[in-house]
Amino acid sequence: MAKQGNKKNKAFSWDYAPALEGISHLNIKEKYDLFIDGKFVKPSSCKYFDTINPATEERISQIAHGSEIDVDKAVKAARRAYVNVWSKTSPSERAKYIYRIARLMQERARELAVIETLDSGKVITESRDIDIPLACNHFFYYAGWADKLEYAFPNRKVESLGVVGQITPWNFPLLMAAWKIAPALAAGNTVVLKPAETTSLTALKLAEIIKDSGLPNGVVNIITGYGDTGAAIVNHKDINKIAFTGSTQVGKIIQKSIAGTDKRVTLELGGKSANIILDDAPIDQAVEGIVNGIFFNQGHVCSAGSRLFVQEGVADIVINKLKRRMDKLIIGDPLDKNTDVGAINSKEQLKTINDYIKIGKDQGAKIHQSSSKAPKKGYYCVPTIFTDVAQSNRIVQEEIFGPVLTVQTFRTIDEVIQKANNSPYGLAAGIWSDKGSRVFNLSSKLKAGVIWANTYNKFDPTSPFGGYKESGFGREGGLHGLRAYVNLK
Amino acid sequence: MKRLEVLKTYKIYIGGKFPRTESGRYYTPLNKKGEQLASVSQSSRKDVRNAVVAARKAFGGWSERAAFNRGQILYRIAEILEGRKLQFIEELIFQGSSKSNAEKEVNVSIDRFIYYAGWCDKYSQILGSVNPVASSHFNFSVPEATGVVGVITDQTSSLIGLVSLVAPIIAGGNTCIVLASESKPLCAITFAEVLNSSDVPDGVVNILTGSQEEMIEPLTTHMDVNAMSYSGISKNFEKQLKESSALNLKRVSIYSKDWIKSDNQDLYMIADFQEIKTTWHPIENIGGSSSFY
Amino acid sequence: MKNDTTNIVLPDFSKSPRIDKVGVEEQVAKFQKRSVKAETKKQGLRMALNMIDLTTLEGKDTPGKVKQLCYKAQHVHDILPGLPKVAAVCVYPSMVGVSVKALAGSGVKVASVSTAFPSGQSPLSVKLMDTKFAVSEGADEIDMVISRGKFLSGEYNFVFDEIAVIKEACGEARLKVILETGELVTLDNVRRASDIAMYAGADFIKTSTGKIQPAATMQVTCVMLEAIRDFMDTTGIKVGMKPAGGISNSKLALHNLVMVNEVLGSEWLSNEWFRFGASSLANDVLMQIIKTETGVYQSSNYFSID
Repeated sequence: MAKQGNKKNKAFSWDYAPALEGISHLNIKEKYDLFIDGKFVKPSSCKYFDTINPATEERISQIAHGSEIDVDKAVKAARRAYVNVWSKTSPSERAKYIYRIARLMQERARELAVIETLDSGKVITESRDIDIPLACNHFFYYAGWADKLEYAFPNRKVESLGVVGQITPWNFPLLMAAWKIAPALAAGNTVVLKPAETTSLTALKLAEIIKDSGLPNGVVNIITGYGDTGAAIVNHKDINKIAFTGSTQVGKIIQKSIAGTDKRVTLELGGKSANIILDDAPIDQAVEGIVNGIFFNQGHVCSAGSRLFVQEGVADIVINKLKRRMDKLIIGDPLDKNTDVGAINSKEQLKTINDYIKIGKDQGAKIHQSSSKAPKKGYYCVPTIFTDVAQSNRIVQEEIFGPVLTVQTFRTIDEVIQKANNSPYGLAAGIWSDKGSRVFNLSSKLKAGVIWANTYNKFDPTSPFGGYKESGFGREGGLHGLRAYVNLK
Repeated sequence: MKRLEVLKTYKIYIGGKFPRTESGRYYTPLNKKGEQLASVSQSSRKDVRNAVVAARKAFGGWSERAAFNRGQILYRIAEILEGRKLQFIEELIFQGSSKSNAEKEVNVSIDRFIYYAGWCDKYSQILGSVNPVASSHFNFSVPEATGVVGVITDQTSSLIGLVSLVAPIIAGGNTCIVLASESKPLCAITFAEVLNSSDVPDGVVNILTGSQEEMIEPLTTHMDVNAMSYSGISKNFEKQLKESSALNLKRVSIYSKDWIKSDNQDLYMIADFQEIKTTWHPIENIGGSSSFY
Repeated sequence: MKNDTTNIVLPDFSKSPRIDKVGVEEQVAKFQKRSVKAETKKQGLRMALNMIDLTTLEGKDTPGKVKQLCYKAQHVHDILPGLPKVAAVCVYPSMVGVSVKALAGSGVKVASVSTAFPSGQSPLSVKLMDTKFAVSEGADEIDMVISRGKFLSGEYNFVFDEIAVIKEACGEARLKVILETGELVTLDNVRRASDIAMYAGADFIKTSTGKIQPAATMQVTCVMLEAIRDFMDTTGIKVGMKPAGGISNSKLALHNLVMVNEVLGSEWLSNEWFRFGASSLANDVLMQIIKTETGVYQSSNYFSID
C-alpha cells in the first residue's frame, strides 16, 4: 500500500459547504389579497391566514381567505370577461397574450423558483430546473394551440366552455396552476383558480404577472383559501367546468356534488404507482430511477413510484444499491443547492407520513431509513423503505404522499402485472428492462395513464398526463389536454 | 285448419348464454293497441351482478384482440342483422312503429355497425399521438379501452338506441352490460341472438330486460364497472347516475340525440370510452452527431 | 498495492450489466449540479492538483522537454508555498529513463504508456518487450492499451489474456488499463471492457489515450466508477480510476471528484486511487487555487507552461 500512496486518509470525508440560493432579490408582500377582475381586492371576510416556510416553520406572508361571496364576485367577473371580451378576442390574439405570460414568467423565473422553494419546502434545484421552466413551457406550448384548435379535433367545430373553476394542489404549486390555466385560456375560457392553502404564493405572483401582461380584466381570477373556498367554486351555479387536482377522496366528493348539473369535470387524483425492475434491467440507472420515483419532491408526487417490484434474481443487489444510494442523499435546507431531499410541505402532511411509517412497523414490515441526518427545525422526513411487505399491507395499498417506498419481490412477468394492477389507482408505472419486446408487453398490460420505461417521473408540456380508474379522468398536457376545455359541435 | 304459431320466449343474455332471470320473474309490456308483447324477463340485482362478472371476464380477451379482427366481427354483426332484417321490422311494427320508420330504423342500425366496424382499426391513429418532448425520450400516446361499461339505452327505441350506444363501446374494445328499453324490449333480445351468431365472444355484450329503476342502482354503484353510457332525458336519473358513479369514479357519458338520424354517430363516441396511455422511453443518442445524415 | 485476481471466479463478460445512456446522462447531470464552494472547493482543488498525471505523449518529445515537465511536476507554482506535487508524469517508454532521473527522490511517480500505445496494433511479443523495457527503465506505473479491434469483434478472451500477460510483465509496477472508450462507442461496451480489465488484474482502469475523441466524458467515467464499485462488492478488491483526455479545467475536475465521492466514497479521493490524465489541467487548477487565496481573477501569463 505504502509504495504508491501519499498520506493515507483516515475517515476522510469531503462534505459540501452550504451553497444557499440568495433571497435578497425577492419581492414578497406582507399580505396578499384576492385577484379578482384584474385587481387585488380584500376578502369580504377580512380574514387572512399565515403561509409558513416548512423548512423553518416561520411565517412568510399572509394570504386572504376567500369566501363564497368572493368566489361569486370572481365568477361574475370571469363571466363578464368571457361574454364581453375573451370570447370576442380572436384566437391569434389570445395566443399572443398567453405567449406574453410565458415570457414574463421566464423573466421572473429565478424569483418564482426561490419563492416556490420557500413556500413549499421543495429543493431549489428542482424548482429552478423543473417546476418553473416546465410551467413557462406549458404556457408556451398551449399558446400556440389557441388558433389551431380545429386541427386537434378533426371534422368537428370547436367551442369554448365558458367559465372554468380550477383547484390546484400543493405539491407543484405553480406548475399545476400552469397546467390548468394555459389550456383553459388557449381554448377560449375564462378562469377562477384556487391554489392550495399551504402554497398560494407563486399563484399570486402569477396573478401579478397576468396583471402586468395586460390580459383583459377578469379573464383569470385567483381566489386563495381553504377547502370551503374550493367548495364554493365547485358549487357555484355559473361555472361550466371544474378541473381539480388533489386527493381521490375530494375528487369523489366533487363528482358527487356536481351531479345534477351540466358542469363538466376532469380530475387528476391519487396514485400508488408500481415501479418494476426486471432482472435484465440497467441496474444502476434503475436504482437512480427508483430514487427519482419516490424521493423526488419528498415523494409529494401523485405519480410517485411508491410500490417497488424487483425480480427475485436481482432483488438483493438492487436493494443494497438502493440503500447505499439513500445514504448519499443530502437532506436539509431546500434553499441549499446541494440538498437532495427538502422539507415536507406541512405539519399535517408530516404527521400523515409518520402515521403510515408507524403502521408499516406495526404491521411487521422491515424498515430502513437513510443514514443522512435531517435538520432539527422544520418538517422533515428521512427517506424510508419497507421490505418484507405483502400486497395486503396498508402501506402497500394506500397513498402515503411522502418519501416512503415499499419493496416487493416477484418471480414472473404475469405475477408482477397482476400485482401492479391490483390497486384501485392507475396513474403511472415504471418498467426497467433491456428487452424491448418485454417492455412493450408490460406497458400494454399495465393499467396506468403514464408508463415510464427505463425512466421515471418525466414531464413535458406535449405529453398527456392523467390516470385510469380512481386516479381520475381527463388528461392534462399535450393535444389531449385540450379536450377538457372544449365543446365539440 | 289454421296452423298454430310458435311463440318465442324472450330471455336475457349473459356471458353468451340465454338464461331466464335468476329471480324467475317476468313482466308483460303492452303495445299501443294494448296487446301483450311477450312475457319478458324481469332481471334482478343478481342478474346485474352476473352480467358484470361476465363482462369483466370477457374484457381482457376482447380488448387485446387485434383491431382488424374486432372490425371483422362488427362487420359480421351487420351482415347477420341484414339477414334478419324482416324479423326486426316485424318486431318494431308490433311494438308500435310505422312500417317505414321500422324499415329505416333497421337500415340505420345495420349501417351504424358498418360505420363503427370501419373505425376499429383507425381510431387509434386519430386519437393517438407522438409527442415531441424536449428531452431525449420517445413519447407516444395511445387510446386503450376503459373496461366494463354500463349502458342504459334510450327508453323510446327498441333497436337503434341500443345499437348506437353499444357499437362504439365494443368497437373500442370495451365490454358492456346493457339495460334494454323497458317498454320495448323485444329487439334487444333478438339483437342478442344476432350477437350470439356473429363471432362476438361470450360476455362482450350482455343484455338485461326488466325494470330500469330496479337495475340502475346495482349497476351504477358496482365497483367493477368502469364507465356508464346513458341516453335519455331524465335529469333526475342523470343526477342519480352521476352520484352513484362517484363511488369509484366511473366515467359518465350522457347523450341526448335522435339516433335515427344517420349522422348521429362519430369517432368521439368511441373516444368517450378510451383512456389515453402515454409511454416514455429513452433514446440513446450515441455520438449525437447529425453528420450521419 | 497491486491487485491479484488470479483466484477470482470469472463472470461471463457477455453478460456484463446493461447501461442506459440517457439514465447515465441524468446521473451525471446531478453530479454537475453539486455546488462546490468555500472550503470544499479549496480542498477539492488541492486534491485535484495532487491527482494529476502530468502528461506529454508526443512524437516530438525530447529529453529536454521531459525534464522541464518533471521540474514542473515537483514545483507546480513555487510562488505559493505548501502546494502539493502532482501524482506522476506520464511519458513514452523512451522517456522513462530521463524522467526517473529527473524525479528521483521527489515522490512523483513515473508512468509509462506501453503496448504499442496508442493503437495497440502490434503482436503480443512486441507489447511485452515494450512493457518490460519501460519497467526496466524504472517506470512505477504502466499505462497499457487494450486491443479495441479484438474487443469489438467479441474476442473478449483475447483481450483478457493480453491484459493478464502484461500484468505479469509489470512486476512491481502498477498497471493502468486504457480502454480507449471513444473507440468502444457504447456505454455497454465501456462497462464490459472495464469488467474484463479488472478481472484480468488491472490496478487502475483508464478511459482514453488522449488521441481519440471523445475521451474522458463524465458519462464514461460514471460507468467505470460503477464498475469499480461492483467489482469491489463482488471481489473485495479495490481498483483505481483514471479519466484521461478532455479534462482541461477545474470545474470539470471538481465535478469528477464529486462523482467519485458519491459513487465510490471518499476513500477513493487520493492519488492512490484516482488520477487525472491531463496536460493543461494543472495550470487551470493553480489559477483557481490562487483565485481562492487572493480573491482576484487570474491570467495565464502568470503560470508556467512546460
